[in-house]
Amino acid sequence: MADHTPHEASTGPDGEPLVVETDEDRRRVERRSGQTLPAVCFATSVVAALALAVVYAEGGQNQAEGVLLAVALGGIGVGLVVWAKRFMPEGPDTEPRGRIGSTAEDRAAFVADLETGAHTFGRRHLLTKMLVGAVAALGVAALFPIRSLGPRPGRGLKSTPYRDGVRLVTEDGDPVRPDDPGVGGVITAFPEGHVGDETAQTLLIRLEPGQLEPEPGREDWTVDGVVAYSKVCTHAGCPVGLYQEQRGELLCPCHQSTFDVLHGATPVFGPATRPLPQLPLGTDADGNLIATGDFSGPVGPGFWDINT
Amino acid sequence: MSRRHRPDRGSRVGRTARWFDDRLGVARTGRTLLDKIFPNHWSFLLGEIALYSFVVLLATGVYLTFFFDASAAPVTYDGSYAPLQGVQVSAAYNSVLDLSFDVRAGLMMRQVHHWAALLFLAAIVMHICRVFFTGAFRRPREINWVVGCTLLVLALGNGFAGYSLLDDQLSGTGIRIADSVILSIPVAGTWISSLLFGGPFPGTEIIPRLFIIHVLLLPVAIIALLGVHLGILVRHKHTHFRGDGATEDNVVGERVWPTYAAKAGGVFFLTAALLCLLGGLFQINPVWLFGPFEPENVSSASQPDWYIGWLEGSLRLMPPWELSLGDYLIPNPFFPGVLLPGVTFLLLYAWPWIEAHFTKDHEPHHVLDRPRDRPVRTALGVATLTFYVILFAAGATDVLAVTFGVSVNRIVWTFRTLALVAPVAAALVARKVCLELQRRDGPPEPLPDEAEPVADEPAAVPS
Repeated sequence: MADHTPHEASTGPDGEPLVVETDEDRRRVERRSGQTLPAVCFATSVVAALALAVVYAEGGQNQAEGVLLAVALGGIGVGLVVWAKRFMPEGPDTEPRGRIGSTAEDRAAFVADLETGAHTFGRRHLLTKMLVGAVAALGVAALFPIRSLGPRPGRGLKSTPYRDGVRLVTEDGDPVRPDDPGVGGVITAFPEGHVGDETAQTLLIRLEPGQLEPEPGREDWTVDGVVAYSKVCTHAGCPVGLYQEQRGELLCPCHQSTFDVLHGATPVFGPATRPLPQLPLGTDADGNLIATGDFSGPVGPGFWDINT
Repeated sequence: MSRRHRPDRGSRVGRTARWFDDRLGVARTGRTLLDKIFPNHWSFLLGEIALYSFVVLLATGVYLTFFFDASAAPVTYDGSYAPLQGVQVSAAYNSVLDLSFDVRAGLMMRQVHHWAALLFLAAIVMHICRVFFTGAFRRPREINWVVGCTLLVLALGNGFAGYSLLDDQLSGTGIRIADSVILSIPVAGTWISSLLFGGPFPGTEIIPRLFIIHVLLLPVAIIALLGVHLGILVRHKHTHFRGDGATEDNVVGERVWPTYAAKAGGVFFLTAALLCLLGGLFQINPVWLFGPFEPENVSSASQPDWYIGWLEGSLRLMPPWELSLGDYLIPNPFFPGVLLPGVTFLLLYAWPWIEAHFTKDHEPHHVLDRPRDRPVRTALGVATLTFYVILFAAGATDVLAVTFGVSVNRIVWTFRTLALVAPVAAALVARKVCLELQRRDGPPEPLPDEAEPVADEPAAVPS
């Protein structure tokens, strides 16, 4: 950019080198050319900001907004950094750190004042104790309204709306017949009147005759090879949504707990420790599936007093 | 020399300063601030980037609150996203769809907000690593270390609260898992869950409550602690590395005014620019693809935002153990979901005192360590990072199984093994590298005013 050549201009008429003048020239030129980049950055930023306003006025477009905003901000950013690097005084500068702690006298005086005050409080033993007691009592009383945030954790954790005779319905509220799940198929069902109930979601699985090895006491809990388990994972409560028919296993997509459908949905892999509770099934006079009781145990993730 | 302003009136800047000083007496403090020295090192930018991400979070977040409806009330979606038209969704989810499709610049703001949260956490974690590996937590900075750890906890909590608000399938699944972890807390778990959710999961209360937590309680706490964090930083003056005449008694760097202010301002604009670029071009959290939350639905490949990944991984890797105490039960999620993070943060908070206990070094330090000069600390840090990176990767066991065509079971067992073995191996390697680097470049150069070199960690290097 410099259109003069320093070597030619660097000697005067008497052959003396004109170093000073040349350096000053060069600095001036550098200063001017050094300004170009930050100036272009700021100008680009202005253009991008105007374009952003146009894009917005024209109805907006996500990608264009993002890019233009980035250019507008980035122009200012690059401009500032380059400006600072080229034209602002650079370090290293040094300042003394100074001490952090106070002087010994200040500290002693402060501690003395503190102790005198504490002593004044401490002399009235009874009053001090009463004050602490009063504040503590107030603190406890002030905690009570927290109780309004929610009800006592109730039987909801341990029971569901299923009772003897409650019909099972689909997500659309239609009654389920034993042959609705095709062989190897799975249906999600709910107790009638509680469609979408988080704790009562139930998986109906149709097994081949003889495949199921029922747990003792649950021999008559199935209808025509249809077995019902809670869909709520006993690990962290996700819906156990993936049925691997060939292996007879239910897989939880959240943490990969795996349950053996053929053997009481006992966990065979992953972090779950308890089987999926089973729902005893029967049919009503119309041949629709009903529950003959609640699940075989508490549904969903474990908690402190689950066994009480 | 064309100085036009008269010496008696001064420049406009000067006049303004005088006007304020007449009324507030700020000249002395102001000058101290302007002349403050900030040391130069790329790693000192990490905390700044966290701060600037937070500024972007506040700006975009305030905008989002004007459109977000924190309510679980059922509404029928009739916006311009065709696949969900006519579907019954919550008012919260509905408002997010409107914000994304029918509010001009709404999607950009939402995506910049989400990316800013990801960068905020990333910068905090990098910053805390820098502070750890260079020993910047040592006396007199223990209090600021504790404040910083608390900021990390608050940021994690606020990130989770934020992406849980949208009531899409993914966030609902996250809340469900969080509730299971809460339920696993001995004695109080069921009560905490019931008070938080206003009854059993999911109920209708959790979204408005998380909203207040996300936009008021936690941000106010973060702003207050940021003030304390920066105030203590100013009080202590920044640490610096050896070189350029740095000693324990001085600060070497650049003055705040004008050089450092210009550069820091530039970094703010660059951070914001990066976030806008990400928010504009890279889709994040497309809740319309996940669908509204239905408790009986879930999709595989459900991964949380990156900073919660280590907890997701620890839940997945935990063997099927639980603890029965008579009639009572400590369920499985307690160990990876409550105990592990509890121990993690306890050790993190206590680290300055733990290290001082073992090194017997209770002196103040303002000159930073090079990681290689503290092989034991560096090895422990690398081991810890390795452990959590493995947990993070284990949060995607299902995705890895599909990607590499291996069974999930094998992947889980691989990660269980890695989580125990890899940290030890990484620690040994890190220590070896430190010692090798030390051998190559000799002992750290003595500080200009030091009579004897810094005492080495007694337990670190058998000499």
